[in-house]
Amino acid sequence: MGVDRRTALKGMAVAGAALLASGAEDHAREPHPAPSDAVGMLYDATLCIGCKSCVVACREANDMPPERTALGGGIYDSPISLDGQTRNIIKLYEGADGKSSYMKAQCMHCLDPACVGACMIGALQKREHGIVTWDGSRCIGCRYCQVACPYLIPKFTWDKAIPRIVKCEMCVQRIDQGKIPGCCEVCPRNAVIFGKYDDLLAEAKRRLKKNPNRYYPKVFGETDGGGTQVLYLSKAGISFTDLGLPALGETPVPELSQEIQHAAYKGFIAPAVLYVVLGTVIWRNKKAEAKGKEEKP
Amino acid sequence: MTDHAVPVGGPILTRPFKWLMALFGLSVLLLLWRFFAGLGATTALNDGYPWGLWIAFDVVTGTALGCGGYAVAILVYILNKGKYHSLVRPAILTSALGYSLAAFAIVFDVGRYWYIYRIPIHFWQWNLNSALLEVALCVMAYVVVLWIEMAPPILEVMQEGSSPFFKRLAQTTLPLLNKSMVFIIALALLLPTMHQSSLGTVMMLAGKKLNPLWQTPFLPLLFLVSVVGMGYAVVVFESTLSSFFLKRPYETAMLGSLAKVMAYITIGFLAIRLLDLLYRGVFGLAFTSGWLSFFFWLEIVLFVASAAMAFSPAVRANPGRLFQMAMLMLLAGGLYRFDTYLIAFDPGPGWSYFPAVPELFITIGIVALEIMIYIVFIKRFPILEEASPARSRA
Repeated sequence: MGVDRRTALKGMAVAGAALLASGAEDHAREPHPAPSDAVGMLYDATLCIGCKSCVVACREANDMPPERTALGGGIYDSPISLDGQTRNIIKLYEGADGKSSYMKAQCMHCLDPACVGACMIGALQKREHGIVTWDGSRCIGCRYCQVACPYLIPKFTWDKAIPRIVKCEMCVQRIDQGKIPGCCEVCPRNAVIFGKYDDLLAEAKRRLKKNPNRYYPKVFGETDGGGTQVLYLSKAGISFTDLGLPALGETPVPELSQEIQHAAYKGFIAPAVLYVVLGTVIWRNKKAEAKGKEEKP
Repeated sequence: MTDHAVPVGGPILTRPFKWLMALFGLSVLLLLWRFFAGLGATTALNDGYPWGLWIAFDVVTGTALGCGGYAVAILVYILNKGKYHSLVRPAILTSALGYSLAAFAIVFDVGRYWYIYRIPIHFWQWNLNSALLEVALCVMAYVVVLWIEMAPPILEVMQEGSSPFFKRLAQTTLPLLNKSMVFIIALALLLPTMHQSSLGTVMMLAGKKLNPLWQTPFLPLLFLVSVVGMGYAVVVFESTLSSFFLKRPYETAMLGSLAKVMAYITIGFLAIRLLDLLYRGVFGLAFTSGWLSFFFWLEIVLFVASAAMAFSPAVRANPGRLFQMAMLMLLAGGLYRFDTYLIAFDPGPGWSYFPAVPELFITIGIVALEIMIYIVFIKRFPILEEASPARSRA
């Protein structure tokens, strides 16, 4: 018995060391810069007048019927928030100090999206132009993307027996035809504009520099949560958390969990080693047990 | 495996069994409704709380309760504690049932269940960054492994049966199975190690939506350690109940020493849990988080109470109090999982979730089904050790 135990403990020590060794090397994750063909949007809250033309244009561009809620007496298109029928919405922030601002909520098209990291089978992916799109021929409806997204963007059609994930896909079907997203096309004040990601980031910084008194001194999305392809400018005195955007820091949301996952499963070495060690220990124990039985009178 | 396990025998269709059948029947009707009307009509799930009772209880807690087989196998096959051998078969049976029904729960929880078959097959579409993929693949594989481990008692019955076909099948398969058992048992130890820790990794991706008292890079380790403790508690729980209902002698001495192992693991869990909170400098939140503070301390109190009971020789000698100790541990580990997946998960203002009645009754029906299958198995197949005075095993 004593020998078996020693073998067992030795075996476990080896397995533990192997796990640690495979985790120690090469667990830094590659950075996720914007793809070279990346497009994006820039929403400037100082220009938006809350006309909601973009909400209507979004419905038309994506073949989505108006959402008639009790809020609008059942008559008007009156979505309360993003949901399975609404990919884009204009909200109003009113602070205690009387300051107010409109806010456009939609998918941020993260450079390193949590939803894409979550999705088991690649239904959500960053596809051409870095646009995050949903592929209904892959999705099993597990909703891990919804758990993961820090902006609460992917929505589920709960009322359907055959449900879908609904989110802004930057009107990729229109971009393929050489057009621009519905919301950016109709905005009468150019509060939301479409363009190449690099150009938009430069434009946002230019506006901040030119009118420092007009703006809250930060481009949301330049680094937040690892960076986003949809960028935001806010009015002076109104922070992005006021507008409902989370304070994420600069680390991509999926980074830490993926580093841990990769450390444990790099090349599947640690599980394979653990398996062999477990098998050996079990085999030796069984052999010792069989021998013990034979020796008994 | 055990040489002296025998079927318990006796009638199947007792009065309690019929009640269980009624509960399961109700859940079947509710499931039909869920499949025709959708998740919105039958659950309280919403875009803020996309995972509810079915994930937190049926899947996450259910598989943890199904880790009795894992926990006992570590003792018997790795640490070579042969005296626990008689616990292996019943523990593996509860594991096989717990995991199978957790897998079933996933089928009705996911929205687009008709594509589930692709998860194990479409390997070229796998996202190896997804902790949930790892959980899904491991759970699927483990269900298969558990039923292979359950095959010997079923084949043993076939061997004694009257059908010549099954007799031959059993006679050819059993020796083969016994020879390859080492490979299967090693797999049965590897897979839960992988996916029970990954169940912790899964919630790391929830980021700031999960309260910092629970959100930590140690989630995988904490989930793994606590599941081993829960595994021993499940064995104590299940063995005591079997002895009580089947009027067999209690295996108090063995369960008592199992309780001690569980208590040491719990100490380890609590040490990691508290040191992590101190290291990250968020321990203060344990006093300032309102009702989440309450749930945090409830968790800690349950773990501590259970471990304290297990360290007391008086408790370890008393089947009733051992049972209470196991209950406390299962509540502690279950609450830790509920907190991480549901209670401490806050998507932001305006969102709330409490399970809807159909959701609740579907879960109750699934538990009823699990108990029914367990009863049929121990009465018809050699799972439990013979009821003679406990033999001592070297």
